[in-house]
Formats: sequence, C-alpha cells, structure tokens
Amino acid sequence: MIDTLSAYLLPAIIMLFILSGIFKNVNIFDEFIKGAEEGLKTQLKIVPSIVALVLAVEMFEASGALDVITWGLQPLANAINMPAEVVPMMILRPISGGGAIALLNKTLQTYGPISKIGLMSSVMCGSSETTFYTIAVYYGACGVKKTRHTVIAALAADAAAAILSVIIVNLLL
Amino acid sequence: MNKYVTKGANILINYIWAALIVISVISALFTGRISEITSAVYKGGDSAIQLCISMTAIMAVWGGLMRIAEKSGLTNIISKILSPLVGLVFHKLDRKSEAAKAISMNVAANMLGLGNAATPLGIDAMKRLNALNSKSNEADNNMITFVVLNTASIQLVPTTIAALRSKYGAENPMDIAVAIIITSIISLIVGLVINKLIIIITSRKRETH
Repeated sequence: MIDTLSAYLLPAIIMLFILSGIFKNVNIFDEFIKGAEEGLKTQLKIVPSIVALVLAVEMFEASGALDVITWGLQPLANAINMPAEVVPMMILRPISGGGAIALLNKTLQTYGPISKIGLMSSVMCGSSETTFYTIAVYYGACGVKKTRHTVIAALAADAAAAILSVIIVNLLL
Repeated sequence: MNKYVTKGANILINYIWAALIVISVISALFTGRISEITSAVYKGGDSAIQLCISMTAIMAVWGGLMRIAEKSGLTNIISKILSPLVGLVFHKLDRKSEAAKAISMNVAANMLGLGNAATPLGIDAMKRLNALNSKSNEADNNMITFVVLNTASIQLVPTTIAALRSKYGAENPMDIAVAIIITSIISLIVGLVINKLIIIITSRKRETH
C-alpha cells in the first residue's frame, strides 16, 4: 500500500507545482527554463567535490578497509552492546549512501528483516544521511572553504544515531 | 589557542578525506586487494561522473520546478506550515527570509522521503543561508545547523528501507518507522546541542584572548 502511495507521490507533487503555476498565471515554461539553468550552474560547481569524494569512497569500499575497521572497533562495539555484524553499517552510513543501502540489502538477506541485526541495521540506515556527501555538496555549491565545527557536530549526531539504533531496537522491537 | 582549535576543525575534512584514502591503501596491502583498489581509482572517476550526470538532470528539473513554486506562492504556503518547526531549530533566523522558506522546502522533501528533490532544495537553502552570512567562504552557525538537520534525516515514511525489508519477507516492513523517527529526532537534538556547546566554548575563548 505504502509502495503504491509513494509511487504516486512524486507525479502528484509535480502536478501540484504545475497547476499552482497555471492557476496564478505564472509563465511556467519560461520560469522552469530559468530555474533549470540556475540548477545547471550550481551542478557545475559541485562536480569537483563529488569526484573527490566518490574516488575516496570507491577506494575505501574496494580495499576491505571496512572489515579492518570493524575488527578494530570490536571492543568499543562490545562495550555498548552493539552486535559486531552491525558495526560496518555504523562506519559506512556517513561515508556512502549507495554503499549503506547495498550493505543493508546484504544484511537483510543474510540475517532476515526481523532479526535483531536486521532491525538494528534498518534503523541505523534510515535514521541518518550520508554526512560527508552532504557536507561536500552543500558547501561545495556555495564555495565554503572553512567548515568550522560542521564535521564534529554532524558526526556527533551520526554516532548518537548509531548507538540509539541499538538501544531503541532493544527497547521497542 | 582558539585560533588553532578553529583551524584544526576547518581542515578536519582534509584529514578525513586523506584518512579514507590512506586507510584504504593500507587495508588493501593487508587484505591483498591491491588490484581491486587500483581499478577502484578509475572506477571512482567513472562513477563520480555518472552520478554527476544523473544529478545534473535532477538539479535542472528541481531548479525549474522550484522557480515555478516560488512564483506561484506555493513555497510561501509550505513554509508557513513548516515555519514553527523551522523556527524551533533556527531560532535566530528570520522566519520570513528567503533562506527560511528554502529550508522549509528541503525539510518537506526530506519528510516525504523525496531524497532526489531534497538535495537540490538543500543546496538552494544553503546558498540562501550563505547570502545572509558575512564571511561567504566560512560556514556560519545557521549553515552548520542546516548540515546537522540534513544528516539527521528526518523522514516520515522510510520507503527505501521498508521496500528492502519487504523484499526479504518482512510481514510488516514499516515496523521500523517509529524507531527510525525517534532515533532521527534524538540524534538531531544531540547534534544541535554539540553544535551549541562548541559555539559557546569557542566564543568564550575568543573573549578571553
């Protein structure tokens, strides 16, 4: 049911935008072109940041670094009662959006969606975003060089989300 | 002292980028995946450009749609609905500013789970926040708050996750929705509190020096 609803959501929203423009006598085609041009200019500005980030992420995913870091973080994970199988999601989530989804796919396939590991991975994957991508793209688009404490604050939120996923699944599900 | 603290935080993104690459190369040595990582360098460039191409279309489409929504007043309506929420997080930002309206559009897209739309709308909001910023190459407090808000991913219906769960036989794939919202909101609060604490600490140091 939800799947069908969300399939209708985007076309419905686009129709709402267009109809509201027609209703208010907006020169919609002209305005669309102007806005699209603006969007293209912005896109050009963020290409370098995306190349830099994706290069590092591809190398990270190909290298097996995820296994190495997971192994290194084992004692810390044990201390907060986080199953070892969930640790890779905690590391990958802020780095790679596509990687996190692929990892969730594999985790659900291996452990099943209603296992603790499956539930924790699902909540962790859904409750935060790809932090580094967000920072690179948003700041890249405005030419911000000095990020101040952005990374610290955003990673604090990510760490909180990872730890809370474990606690909340234990409490609620 | 504070100068060094601030400088260290500014270049943290350099360290993280470097760490990703250095850790990858060292891990590849240990796991024997040198040839994999070599091909990843080329594949990385390829997939970055592919991502950019699909993003280019999305940026153009939403750039155009947003412009129509602005002209028709739809943006104003949405921002009025979300204004209390946005005001709660950005209490120093004028609720009627263009930046606040753009933030509302991004929050709306995130809530509805329209990830593709959320990025261009978020970039738009960030540019408008930067227009209010006195030092355009340095993130101000509102901009940092906005990054935290976006990385916390406040989403009403986690469609992607639910779709995956149902693919592997979850009878009620949306069972995680409440847990995800609670986790998102608390982690957002943690991020905002840390943000605020750092602002208080660094401004105190600035006063004493």
